[in-house]
Amino acid sequence: MKYLSEYRNPELVKKYTDEIHRECRQPWMIMEVCGGQTHSIVKNGLLQLLPKEITMVHGPGCPVCVTPMNLIDKAVYLAMEEGVILCSFGDMLRVPGSKYSLLEAKSKGADVRILYSPLEAVKLAKENPSRQVVFFAVGFETTAPANALSVIHAYREGLKNYSILASHVLVPPAIDAVMNDELVKIQGFLAAGHVCTIMGIEEYRPLVEKYQVPIVVTGFEPVDILHGILMVVRQLEKGEHKLENQYGRVVRPEGNPEAIKVIHEVFGVSDREWRGVGTIPMSGYHVNPKYTDYDADRKFSISMPKVLENPECIAGQVLKGIKKPHDCPQFGKGCTPERPLGAPMVSSEGACAAYYHFSKINGQLTEA
Amino acid sequence: MSKPKSILSASCPVPKLDFEIITMGHGSGGLLTHKLLDGGVFNILSNEYLDKQHDGAVFEVYSGKMAFTTDSYVVSPIFFPGGNIGELAINGTVNDLNMCGAKAQFISLSFIIEEGLAVTDFWEILLHIRDAADRANVKVVTGDTKVVERGKGDKIFINTSGVGQILPKAAIDINQIKSGDQIIVSNDIAKHGIAIMSVREGLEFESDIESDTCHFNEIVPELLAEFGNGIHFLRDATRGGLSTILNEVAQSLSKGIEIHQKSIAVDEAVSSACELLGLDPLYVANEGVFVAFVEKEIASAVANKIRSWQHGTNAAIIGEVTENHPRQVVLHSAIGGRRVVNMLLGEQLPRIC
Repeated sequence: MKYLSEYRNPELVKKYTDEIHRECRQPWMIMEVCGGQTHSIVKNGLLQLLPKEITMVHGPGCPVCVTPMNLIDKAVYLAMEEGVILCSFGDMLRVPGSKYSLLEAKSKGADVRILYSPLEAVKLAKENPSRQVVFFAVGFETTAPANALSVIHAYREGLKNYSILASHVLVPPAIDAVMNDELVKIQGFLAAGHVCTIMGIEEYRPLVEKYQVPIVVTGFEPVDILHGILMVVRQLEKGEHKLENQYGRVVRPEGNPEAIKVIHEVFGVSDREWRGVGTIPMSGYHVNPKYTDYDADRKFSISMPKVLENPECIAGQVLKGIKKPHDCPQFGKGCTPERPLGAPMVSSEGACAAYYHFSKINGQLTEA
Repeated sequence: MSKPKSILSASCPVPKLDFEIITMGHGSGGLLTHKLLDGGVFNILSNEYLDKQHDGAVFEVYSGKMAFTTDSYVVSPIFFPGGNIGELAINGTVNDLNMCGAKAQFISLSFIIEEGLAVTDFWEILLHIRDAADRANVKVVTGDTKVVERGKGDKIFINTSGVGQILPKAAIDINQIKSGDQIIVSNDIAKHGIAIMSVREGLEFESDIESDTCHFNEIVPELLAEFGNGIHFLRDATRGGLSTILNEVAQSLSKGIEIHQKSIAVDEAVSSACELLGLDPLYVANEGVFVAFVEKEIASAVANKIRSWQHGTNAAIIGEVTENHPRQVVLHSAIGGRRVVNMLLGEQLPRIC
């Protein structure tokens, strides 16, 4: 498979691994920002290939994990409403709300559909004029253009029964928030390749300067990730901090201007709550006033009581890389993918779930 | 994607009936039921047992052991690339018998039809059932038809049960598995689940991927005749895929299982679709793939034999049973890492069979 098998090539993996071992002389702590990278690292067993000096910290880049419980409650509430079809990406379905997950709502009779594209939801709205179709628009910058486009399509077609429940979060403010926490000791970042495909790489330069950390925009395959780590380690060993792009085959420095235009047409930037982390200034998207009719939050003016997270869940510390999933006393005991206490145990991109699913052999984590 | 090409025109004469859709009346037991059964079901599936139209079938058994199994089929959509619910209902039950070490012989067939099903769809399913039964050399000997109100079912559900004679040399038992046993997968994996996925509402994507549904009613008897009790255990890798079976075995025996990603064949188009949809082929359902746990000494010969079968061209030894890491399935990734392969949690995709 072009662009996949090459980046899973065992010889290349070995070449980069050897190179990392040669170059790495001091202990370094590196965060991969994106949950997709965490998943790939753990799924491919990359941690065992790295020198013990390198500690990989798994960042907050799992949109499912950081979607506030309150918003999940809203989605569940809407799904249970008569006449509503609630559409969502599959990952969101099992994330626990304060009372139910969407999957539980479905088993209680709610019409919840798993879709791979928000444009399918617009189609569904056209086909079901007597129902309200709500798309649970979760994601980072990567999924924002498609979600925005769905709103534009619905607007152009004058659909009155389509709206999105937007839960969009942004990566650069999250990195800023992570670095602002004095407990955090991260020395370099692998930035999320797919986010940069849309947004470009320039918004990371101020972070490189502010915190004097290397940031390398990195892909998701084993070879990509090892290459990204190597680029960070080289900078760290030389005492440099630069913005670099490992994922050049996909990411252009300017991103995708058309997609950015679509995002800005529909969304504006505002403060956003991150589950487990708290409110991060200017870290999310809201639907612009022009499209209020397509903003489920305002259209249905739902107010849900604020419910506190389970205090036993240390998701916030895990998402900031202060703790590892297995540092949590509940990991694999009180908290499993079947009975999650927090979202990182649910999503396939969540750090806790990735650890739970892939890395425990003989009760030992296969980490260096 | 539209329904795969109909076999109605190419096949035997289809009864002409004066109704186009199935209604509640067809399940009443009255005149309409008789029209449906006599005109359709008995006509299409005719054989010496069914023709008696009795409440049950009477047949000879021989000395020795029999295997008996049942399964229900609720796949959606009912026609999908490479197969349909009728074919699945025959192959699935035949294969379950084969996995017990039996040659499948007699099948019961029950329909639960939602009113509104097009009669042509029903005929088409019956013709596929007949063809699948002919291919597998089994006879549908008894059955039942019920109709439920619209909204109380989904087009058609099928239950089949089957009986078959345990083959003379068969000694299939999970407890026969021992450390060092080699694990053979009979073909490339994940085709059925992806074929279904490609035509699911809201997910449709263009692909040529077809379900792998087929019967094992020849290959398994051949394997057992040749290798006898060297074959310790057989399972078909249906719902939950390959990983689920391996986990079930590891947990049930408290032994470890090691598998090698490089040896597990996945068709390139299937692999691409899995990447796109975020699915792991190890968890995707198959309808024409079985897993054999066999004595180390005969493993290559068994794999070779399976490869000579038309539905086993990509058969391979993918791993072995070990005393290490009991209850865990460990995958050696293609790039040299290792990871645990867990049981599938919930369903990757509901209603696939």
